[in-house]
Amino acid sequence: MATINQPRSETAGKQYKVLGTRPIRHDGADKVTGRAIYTNDMQLTGMLHGRILRSPHAHARIKSIDTSAAEALPGVLAVCTGADFPDVKDKIAELGEGAVNLAHLSANVMAHDKVLYKGHAVAAVAAKSPHIAEEALKLIRVEYEVLPHVLWVLDAMKDDAPLLHDNVYTEELGGKQSDKPSNIAKHLHFEQGNVEEGFAQADIVIEREFKTATVHQGYIEPHVSVALWNQDNRLTIWTATQGSFTARQQTAEVLQIPVSNVTVVPCEIGGGFGGKISIYLEPVAAILSRKSGRPVKIVMSRAEVFEGTGPTPATFIRVKLGATRDGKLVAAQAYLAYEAGGFPGGVIGPGCMCVFSCYDIPNAVVDGYDVCVNKPKTQAYRAPGATQAAFACETVIDEIAEKLGIDPIEFRLKNAAKEGTRRVDGPVYPRVGFIETLEAARNSDHYQSELTGPYRGRGVASGFWFNVGLKSAASASVNPDGTVTLVEGSTDIGGTRTTVAMQLAETLGIAAEDVIPRVEDTDGVGYTDVTGGSRVTYATGLAAYHCGLDIIAQMKERAAILWDCEPDQVEFADGTFTGPGQSATFKELARRLLETGGGIVGRASVDGGGATNGFGTHIVDVEVDPETGKVTILRYTAVQDAGKAVHPSYVEGQMQGGAVQGIGWALNEEYYYDADGRMRNASMLDYRMPTAYDLPNIETIIVEVPNPKHPYGVRGVGETPIVPPPAAIANAIYRAVGVRMRELPMQPHKVWKAINSQE
Amino acid sequence: MGKRIHVTTTINGEPVEFLCEARQSLLEVLRDVLRLTGTKEGCNNGNCGACTVLLNGLPVDSCLVLAVEAEGATIETVEGIACGGHLHPLQQCFLEGAALQCGICTPGFLVAAKALLDKNPNPSERDIRFELAGNICRCTGYDKIVRAVQDAAQRMAASR
Repeated sequence: MATINQPRSETAGKQYKVLGTRPIRHDGADKVTGRAIYTNDMQLTGMLHGRILRSPHAHARIKSIDTSAAEALPGVLAVCTGADFPDVKDKIAELGEGAVNLAHLSANVMAHDKVLYKGHAVAAVAAKSPHIAEEALKLIRVEYEVLPHVLWVLDAMKDDAPLLHDNVYTEELGGKQSDKPSNIAKHLHFEQGNVEEGFAQADIVIEREFKTATVHQGYIEPHVSVALWNQDNRLTIWTATQGSFTARQQTAEVLQIPVSNVTVVPCEIGGGFGGKISIYLEPVAAILSRKSGRPVKIVMSRAEVFEGTGPTPATFIRVKLGATRDGKLVAAQAYLAYEAGGFPGGVIGPGCMCVFSCYDIPNAVVDGYDVCVNKPKTQAYRAPGATQAAFACETVIDEIAEKLGIDPIEFRLKNAAKEGTRRVDGPVYPRVGFIETLEAARNSDHYQSELTGPYRGRGVASGFWFNVGLKSAASASVNPDGTVTLVEGSTDIGGTRTTVAMQLAETLGIAAEDVIPRVEDTDGVGYTDVTGGSRVTYATGLAAYHCGLDIIAQMKERAAILWDCEPDQVEFADGTFTGPGQSATFKELARRLLETGGGIVGRASVDGGGATNGFGTHIVDVEVDPETGKVTILRYTAVQDAGKAVHPSYVEGQMQGGAVQGIGWALNEEYYYDADGRMRNASMLDYRMPTAYDLPNIETIIVEVPNPKHPYGVRGVGETPIVPPPAAIANAIYRAVGVRMRELPMQPHKVWKAINSQE
Repeated sequence: MGKRIHVTTTINGEPVEFLCEARQSLLEVLRDVLRLTGTKEGCNNGNCGACTVLLNGLPVDSCLVLAVEAEGATIETVEGIACGGHLHPLQQCFLEGAALQCGICTPGFLVAAKALLDKNPNPSERDIRFELAGNICRCTGYDKIVRAVQDAAQRMAASR
């Protein structure tokens, strides 16, 4: 584990007392003793258990639903169907990272007249035990008219494909719509320079096609919600969500009730990776609670999680790159078709924006298509859309580098995006750290080491994610003993209570342990966007920093009272207030707040703005078994620019966890469908995410090129690490056995077939 | 609802009796009847290991054990790992080594790792990866979990 500092701005090289240390997380004891309360641990008086009936068909019209037998079963207290949901009009709601059409959201939560994928919810039951609810589901009679379905993006784009929605038209650039309904909901187009002239200048042009499979985020905690619709019409929801405020907004809209009637309590959350931003169970539990007059808990089974919640899409991608003999990229073209799932609005946007985001290419064109298919509505998954795009682009980059006889890292260095580079979708990068990650990768022990042995190869790939800013609020109150209680709204999925608290501690000159962080519900803290987009340590950290400045300003006033001077005569540095002939540490002054006017509360609500730009480069050594095609990871190193690593262990953890999700995506994971559109591997055993035994340790190198937009240089780190692995592994397989893999996942049978169909 | 069955067990060193239906899993009884919610449900079909408990000293997925099968058995859950006011070295090493992110798989890993160290106090990295292969973690990539178990083994050996 290494950290490389790259001091390049005025904040760099600064010595910190708290940032860069590795304190134990504030919620740690609760989480290793089993005391932490996750949503499924909630028990309310009189609580019922809900279960959801789901469509067995990939595409069908609902002709009728008869729930009378279920309602008559002893122990059943409420049943609901789409008919219990209010009519929700087309309206786009911004959810921080991504947006949703609320009419589609409502129909996804509970099918109204059509089911669009196997697993689509059609009815729900609340009963005195989960077993009774399960029995009741079997008594619900649904009459379907089965319709032809379509399961692959390119098939769905054909003129004669089964149509999912008769009110979805292709939206073109500038808002123009197609004449007739289509599965293609959107066509995106970006360009810069002149791509034809660019390719004409190229000495080498390579164009390749790629396919990637549908994969799931795979969080270990299933979706779970508890709702209590009280007799005063106030609705309280305890739920596993990445964003309590966006869950509140979506739930209120789907139920057509005032947002202020809903309180969302974020419990501890067992992973999300983008998949716990959209709501699923919240309004269903709420309606069952309203109908029964009792609190209702719904927990999804693992099969429901796979079949009923957002995977991230299967894709078809074509990438064409042109370079000069000396290794300069001069033109790029990409065609990306991403499955949206049953409803429009997939992750094609970021896919298009990320496909060439690592490189400075003067001429480029990108076309992207958002396409409905009869699969679950796709959702974000860690750097949504970017991993598929990078698999394509980074594999072609590797091929060009190899054909030109240039080392793959050197080739990337020649073309690396840097300050001033304009991305194809428009933005011009500020100071970014891509070059530094490439240099660190090139100089690493791993890359400098020799890899020997048959069927072994080393691959390299890079990746980019924007890292979003968005909105966060926080407040902090000073306790008489000099500790500070920090109230924030960011659900803590991976240690952000601590990384945010550390920034407040740094600002106030106190220890990380002297900050007591609390994640509050939607009535206890100001508006805060989702935990996603790699934004919490950056933007909620920014809010904590401003809380700290607010506290310092107020404490200067108190010191002035005590010292009989003007507030502007009081200075604060290194945790100590200094006035004319007087000084007091933060703790000493905290003790005297009650005698100088009462307690102090600092507050801040910030908009972290747009991207902070995270780049990473990964190196992987693989061994391929030529007899079975099985790929074994021998060594893996992830390099990333974190801006400033607030808690280096957590940065390493994000890099390692993201890399391993990417390894699973590369080698094992896919939704395997039969001809009827039914997922045949909807269990963790058959879906086969990586286990400890599949992997080596994941080495990490943290590069720190401070983010100019953050006082401590923080960039956020969570998403970028999932982007490079599939391409890095494909490139390593090529070096090992001489075959280019262009389809994910690269399971043994595909690798074996590729090896055995070689000349 | 079926007839309830009386079961006598020892859980975390204390005698515990409960009533359950024949169809209820040990996981369901631990969580919903006995309110020992430290044991987590991840898949309810024995694939993820989040619900791992020790049954007569052996790690099992409690979602695959019927509660009635626990008659006369000794059960250890995550709630029983800490000793009095002190965390177990595994718990301490998980915290110091940042071996958890969301924490939902952590109880299962701690119980499975304790079973490993109970039988093999000096496991190799390969031993740890093999023995913990029945527990899935989606956050950490396992690196820090494996290192935390190694650290705990060393710490326990040093204090022996």
